[in-house]
Amino acid sequence: MLHQDSYKQHISAQFNAELESVKNHLLEMGGLVEQQIGKAVESLLNRDSGLAEEVIAGDEQVNELEINIDEECSRILARRQPAASDLRLVLAISKVTTDLERIGDEASKIARQAVKATEDGSANTSSFVEIRHIGNHVSDMLRRALDAFARLDVDMAVQTVIADREVDSEYASAMRSLVTFMMEDPRTIGPVLGQMWSLRSLERVGDHASNIAEHVIYLVRGLDVRHVEPDDLVAQVEEHQ
Amino acid sequence: MQTHALDIQALKRDQAPSEGPAGPAETSLRMENLNLFYNQNSQALFDINLEIPRQRVTAFIGPSGCGKSSLLRCINRMNDLVDGCRVQGRLLLDNEDVYDRRVDVAALRRRVGMVFQKPNPFPKSIYENVAYGLRIQGINKKRVLDEVVEKSLRAAALWDEVKDRLHESALGMSGGQQQRLVIARTIAVEPEVLLLDEPASALDPISTLKIEELIYELKSRYTIVIVTHNMQQAARVSDMTAFMYMGKLIEYDDTDTLFTNPEQKQTEDYITGRYG
Repeated sequence: MLHQDSYKQHISAQFNAELESVKNHLLEMGGLVEQQIGKAVESLLNRDSGLAEEVIAGDEQVNELEINIDEECSRILARRQPAASDLRLVLAISKVTTDLERIGDEASKIARQAVKATEDGSANTSSFVEIRHIGNHVSDMLRRALDAFARLDVDMAVQTVIADREVDSEYASAMRSLVTFMMEDPRTIGPVLGQMWSLRSLERVGDHASNIAEHVIYLVRGLDVRHVEPDDLVAQVEEHQ
Repeated sequence: MQTHALDIQALKRDQAPSEGPAGPAETSLRMENLNLFYNQNSQALFDINLEIPRQRVTAFIGPSGCGKSSLLRCINRMNDLVDGCRVQGRLLLDNEDVYDRRVDVAALRRRVGMVFQKPNPFPKSIYENVAYGLRIQGINKKRVLDEVVEKSLRAAALWDEVKDRLHESALGMSGGQQQRLVIARTIAVEPEVLLLDEPASALDPISTLKIEELIYELKSRYTIVIVTHNMQQAARVSDMTAFMYMGKLIEYDDTDTLFTNPEQKQTEDYITGRYG
């Protein structure tokens, strides 16, 4: 089983330092992406185009971190030929980075919708309750997925994967109510479509957070649970103690 | 019409290294509660239970002094040459105990060939090195010898490099060529099992890769057991890997599993380079 301080026990201190460094960079990127999503949702709800522009500019930093972390991973693979848990750590980090970068992209998309809504001067708030709710939900998922990664906590990762199901159903019901809204008053179609895009982005953030949690399970247990139904997931994880 | 759909099953088959030419492997060597003592107070191996599949490559890894070479040497009774050495338990080759009193050790060693760390060609010509095993069996027909020498050198991926200088001294070859010559000499007598004790540790990286490629070619015909200090090498060439520590077999599994998700912490610590 993988322990939290496993990375500090290599005979090569340099190897310890390299793994520790790439792990820290990943968590740093995670923190930044968390902020991006929080700010994007705020900018949309408060019609704050200044904050939204900040999010759009911040995406560059997220992209830069992705490239740096990938470089670190390929350097470790080439120079250290990691095996077992070290190999799984490097692979997991490389995959988590991709998901984090995509979350960053979704934050930018939401921010762009915020800029547009502010400029249009739209007063439509049809789905703001849902956006706030789903926004909080997926931010919480992302935070837990990253915590699970930092603490190598499989239970928390499993909960995060399962939580994605709730987000999916919340998203479906928000979509239904927005469709009803547009049918009742076609003048709202323009602004409501924009809100639908933002909801779609948040739903995708939930999917990426769930992917990150799956990578944590792979990292700690060596168990690949991608494309596994949540019910089977719990059983597989318990079996693979 | 030709389809270009991806055949996932075929892809899986191609990627499964433990599925060799003959399908699922049968057991070639079986060790049952094998203990080895070098003298009364020094036990080198403790209760080894291991099944080595036919036509597969099995690697023994572990730190110096863990008993991997001792275990390898049990298979062709090389340990008999050590004074005071005693073996307990059973070691079966094709269900026959190699430590049975009736076993002819010379015949056993013809069935179980061995290659050592340092290439040890005889101070003879390349041709005579390969023909040596047959000559001591009394085979001297030139036509037979020519045929076996060419076949063995080809199998050892050496023929093209030496075919024009078969009668020059083997000692003039490079280290990598010498090691492949020794392998050719070993397979000339058509053994069933090939034991390789650190076969590439004295070679440069290119010669090492040639030996590894050769091991891959040879496994379709022989059961290969390799001892190596180089874990990446074990990961590259073997289908099964056994990790040993202080005379005990700690973990034995297919190589993919052992190098990505080992079960035992000791294995994990060793292959990742942590304190054991």
